[in-house]
Amino acid sequence: MKYETVIGLETHAQLLTASKMFCSCSTKFGNRPNTNICPICTGQPGVLPVVNKKAIELAIKTALVLNCQIAPQSIFARKNYFYPDLPKNYQVSQYELPLAINGYLEIVVNGERRKIGITRVHLEEDAGKLVHKGAARIMGSSESLVDYNRTGTPLMEIVTEPDIRSPLEAKVFMETLQHLLQFIQVCDAKMEEGSLRCDGNISIRPLGATKLGTKTEVKNMNTFRGIQKALEAEEVRHREVIAAGEKIMQETRYFDEITETTKAMRSKEEAHDYRYFPEPDLVPLEPEADWVESIKLNIGELPEQKKSRYIAALGLSAEDAEVLLATPALAKYFEACLELKAPAKAAANWLIGDITAYLNEHEKTITEINFLPAQLAEMLEMIENGAISGKIAKIVLTEALAIGKEIKEIVKEKGLTQVSDEGELVKIIKEVIANNPGPVTQYRQGKTGIIGFLVGQVMKATQGRANPRLVNQLLGKELSKN
Amino acid sequence: MQLDINHIAKLARLGLTEDEKVLYGRQLSVILDYAARLQKLDTNNIPPASHAIPMKNVWREDVAAPCTNTDEIVANGPTVENNMFRVPKIME
Repeated sequence: MKYETVIGLETHAQLLTASKMFCSCSTKFGNRPNTNICPICTGQPGVLPVVNKKAIELAIKTALVLNCQIAPQSIFARKNYFYPDLPKNYQVSQYELPLAINGYLEIVVNGERRKIGITRVHLEEDAGKLVHKGAARIMGSSESLVDYNRTGTPLMEIVTEPDIRSPLEAKVFMETLQHLLQFIQVCDAKMEEGSLRCDGNISIRPLGATKLGTKTEVKNMNTFRGIQKALEAEEVRHREVIAAGEKIMQETRYFDEITETTKAMRSKEEAHDYRYFPEPDLVPLEPEADWVESIKLNIGELPEQKKSRYIAALGLSAEDAEVLLATPALAKYFEACLELKAPAKAAANWLIGDITAYLNEHEKTITEINFLPAQLAEMLEMIENGAISGKIAKIVLTEALAIGKEIKEIVKEKGLTQVSDEGELVKIIKEVIANNPGPVTQYRQGKTGIIGFLVGQVMKATQGRANPRLVNQLLGKELSKN
Repeated sequence: MQLDINHIAKLARLGLTEDEKVLYGRQLSVILDYAARLQKLDTNNIPPASHAIPMKNVWREDVAAPCTNTDEIVANGPTVENNMFRVPKIME
């Protein structure tokens, strides 16, 4: 029998706010353990949580981009369970009435467009961080240490419909979502740092069946590759269990990155009976239509729209547009250059070429270098008005990227200004003609292609500073004399 | 009303004696019976309410403030290591 795989994803994204979801503690990462905590986020008796408006705004923004309907009213609920990373013994989340519902995200898998339904987008608070002792992971550790700095960080949960049909599609969905969240600047979406996380629900069913098979939930998928590998491993396991005539047990499984297999997770906290009830301390959210509309207007261009504009209005190739847009910060840098009147095509070429090569080599991002859009725009202007050649620009750029100096300064310091003085060039050309009688004779006998060699000699004599167009022109003139 | 007092006690992490199970079981049953009576009311024309007071959209601006009493909070932990709360084994 043929089977098809059915996957739904539950993703969690930390929102880019300065303060926590319900209190004013900083959300800053990397501080000394338990220094960004207060009576509210550690659940002391008698405290009153208050919603962070910015978190609502960022979640609404995301929901709009995911084509969701914003709920006229949503409420917070307490999800009750005991776990050491949860000091209150409940997590404030949204249950019955989430912030937004019924959206979709389009992804492209192997050239095919797929629409993945979004069930809901809701807000909640993140839990603390556990450091496990006696083992690298929670499994096998003897005890754990708890840091509540992360507790209460605004978290947005995005749940998909069971519309995903393969582990590859799941990976592409997450990549697309990451890109989008970074683009609209609601989340830095770094999976390796945990600011974007994902759990998968997977089942298989006979092809053509409408009823879903028994699902398992897969956790610990911390990289894009991990998502695909974990779900592939689980897909194979489901097929084997069913082929052997046995039944899949509904359970939570843990992906082991080393063996690339999934293992059943048996928690001491087994009873998943969350007893949700409305959070009495937080009143309902009813976002005004005007506010939602203004959030919508401020979303700006999305990647697809930018791509069309780069191609149609700026004359970039589709490939170049895609490369620029693949990294939101690179696209932002590019647009900053355009605002400084830099020529689009040239700016794109340098960004995708030499600058990206430098970033890759030094494992840096575009935001981490001292070479700013103004400097690239200046360099491009100098190339355009003939002050430096493209070849010299490469040298200057390498220097500028390494030490972050002004382009003009480097050019001046190194005496790299392009030689466009005809008198000076003619003098050098005459020397080259005198020193290369062989090639000169060949040229005069009609082998005109040899001029390239002679141009090269002039360039060499000027350390690449001669204006190549002018050299060509003057060399031709000099050679036709006699 | 029937309820599983053992299950409820487990969810709340309460270790009850046999006498307490009988006592609390009886008290909780009374509460649940009362809720069951409320369930029978005709609420077709009444919008669902999550809160007793008619308030909405209470929020604050996203401004971080320094945390001042973190040492007092940490001091509540029975065992603390590297300024973190130490807890027993979580997974079996």
